[in-house]
Amino acid sequence: MNSNPTCTREVIVKLENGLHIRPVSQIVKVAQKFSCELAIRKGDRTVDGKSILDLMSLAAEQGASLLLEGRGDDAAQAVEAIAALFERDFASDRPE
Amino acid sequence: MEVRRGIAVAPGVAIGPALLLGSEDYRIPQRFVRADAIESEWARFQAALQAAVSEISGHEELAAARLGQQYGAIFAAHRQLVQDPKLIKEIEDLVRQKSHSAEFASSRVLRKHAKTLQDLGDRYFAERAHDLFDLEKRLLRHLLGERREELAQLTSPVVVLAHNLTPSETANLDKKFVLGFATEVGGKSSHTAILAGALELPAVVGVGSFLSEISGAETVIIDGDQGTVIVDPDEETLGSYRESEQKRKTASVRLNLLSPLPSETKDGVPIHIYGNIEFPHEVEHCVERGAEGIGLYRTEFLYLETDQEPTEEVQYEAYARVVKAFPHGPVVIRTLDLGAEKFPTSMQEIIDGTPNPTLGLRSLRLTLHNLPLFKTQLRAILRAATLGDVRIMFPLVSTLLELRQAKMILGDVIEDLDDQKVMFNPKIQVGMMVEVPSAAIMADEFAREVDFFSIGTNDLIQYTLAVDRANPAVANLYSSADPSILRMIENVVRAAEKHNRPVSVCGQMSSDPIYIPLLVGMGLRELSVTPQSILEVKQAVRNLTVVQAREILARARTLDVARDVENYLRGELKKLSPDLVE
Repeated sequence: MNSNPTCTREVIVKLENGLHIRPVSQIVKVAQKFSCELAIRKGDRTVDGKSILDLMSLAAEQGASLLLEGRGDDAAQAVEAIAALFERDFASDRPE
Repeated sequence: MEVRRGIAVAPGVAIGPALLLGSEDYRIPQRFVRADAIESEWARFQAALQAAVSEISGHEELAAARLGQQYGAIFAAHRQLVQDPKLIKEIEDLVRQKSHSAEFASSRVLRKHAKTLQDLGDRYFAERAHDLFDLEKRLLRHLLGERREELAQLTSPVVVLAHNLTPSETANLDKKFVLGFATEVGGKSSHTAILAGALELPAVVGVGSFLSEISGAETVIIDGDQGTVIVDPDEETLGSYRESEQKRKTASVRLNLLSPLPSETKDGVPIHIYGNIEFPHEVEHCVERGAEGIGLYRTEFLYLETDQEPTEEVQYEAYARVVKAFPHGPVVIRTLDLGAEKFPTSMQEIIDGTPNPTLGLRSLRLTLHNLPLFKTQLRAILRAATLGDVRIMFPLVSTLLELRQAKMILGDVIEDLDDQKVMFNPKIQVGMMVEVPSAAIMADEFAREVDFFSIGTNDLIQYTLAVDRANPAVANLYSSADPSILRMIENVVRAAEKHNRPVSVCGQMSSDPIYIPLLVGMGLRELSVTPQSILEVKQAVRNLTVVQAREILARARTLDVARDVENYLRGELKKLSPDLVE
């Protein structure tokens, strides 16, 4: 198995329109700053957190529960940063 | 394999790679690249990607500055989308491992993802598919920027698939490379359709929306006989089409041997075959196939092509081109024969917003209402008549008074030209179409006042049987073989003979070989036919004796319904020229 440290966190989509293109775009932008792998899981589907296409194909609607799963050296920071996006409901008043 | 149904507008079959002309005018010229070109193909993709990214960044900044951050964010998402590592990897794999062209790979990958989004069942995400289509277009535009080829600069055979083709685009299609075309929109009487027939390009129009499912470069069959478009045909379909294509080619090679041979019956009676044309370039087909002249030169296109009435010079040039191709044969120019339904905007004021039904202000009636237009055309024809055996023909003459009025205007124009010392031919022959039943019935009287008749069977059948053949519910009543039509034609031929006037048939009827024995039997010695059927008609003539033709006519006269006449004639043609009957 992979010896890299892993880190997981569950988040809930609170956005009214679900995880649409702009929040997805923000996730990817943040995720790409980290070197770790970042998977995002919804139910039994797992997608690449650095691919906007993949994330869009999740079609995560309001209320959906997602599992963030980082694997690599900076996995903890990455998961933390993505979770923060969900927590503040992707408010874009803070520059990324 | 995908079969689409449209409206067949020009016969024949075309098989070849699709050249896609979307409404955005992009296309995929090539699906695969050679192994040694893979690296440069990948480099092309990367360059295009860079160009697309910086273009999107530009939009992003502009939108953010002008409209606000959230609008800029949409373009930021687009920029991320197009740089999505997964997407790029998929495209790279197709280029490197499957030798796809950059265009084909980009298009396939983006369309695949678009489809995934569309299939999610969520309206919001389904609409995001449009973002991907948009990116596809953007990438293709950059990829093709460097080698965007105009339709006129093709170097290999293609089948053109387009949302729409304008008449001028159609007219400029390079016949050397364009095998045929299909369009999403358009109808049977559109100019594009008429042009396709004139260009002899197999064509299907009005297919409905189908281009978005095509990447371009797939093999496509255009069946201009059945009105179908077959995308990615299976082996069996392709095989059967190729086989019939081969048969058609063999038949056309055989028919081509007839080009230099005289058009005469087995017993040596000459039957003159002329061509029906609408566009000056069609004259070349007529010359190639050994026609002896032009029996019907329709002039409508000159008027419909642009919003402005064609000047005398423009008309003179067009007429001169045709006359020069046939310096010795007759060239019969028919004056403007606009139907009531296809008025160019320049003439809308004549009908002044009042309903103008099919039997209304059209053809000769229209030109008699618009004397400046009529006189301009007559001047151009009279001048072109100095170059060869040009003749004038008036369409849709229904009464003697109408004919006399038209001839009087012609007399005025001749006087004007004479006064102005312009070169023209004062001895031009003047004839008329016999296509209204009243004219056919009164042929005996008309024959005294014209130099020749040309029987326009299409309208004659339509008006005699009171049937609009564009209406599918009654189209079965429309038949050249109806006994009433045969009597009408015979009456006209007798009248012409009595007054020693030449008479020809220029409707669709004379282009169908089954009617040749019948028409020859009636005494017709001139036939004006579509350029495509010149050789078939010649073959039908050459396999016939006048005695046989008269016997066939005598037997046909005893049959009282169109269907029986038609079956009988088909049977007779099968005996005389078996290879002309399928």
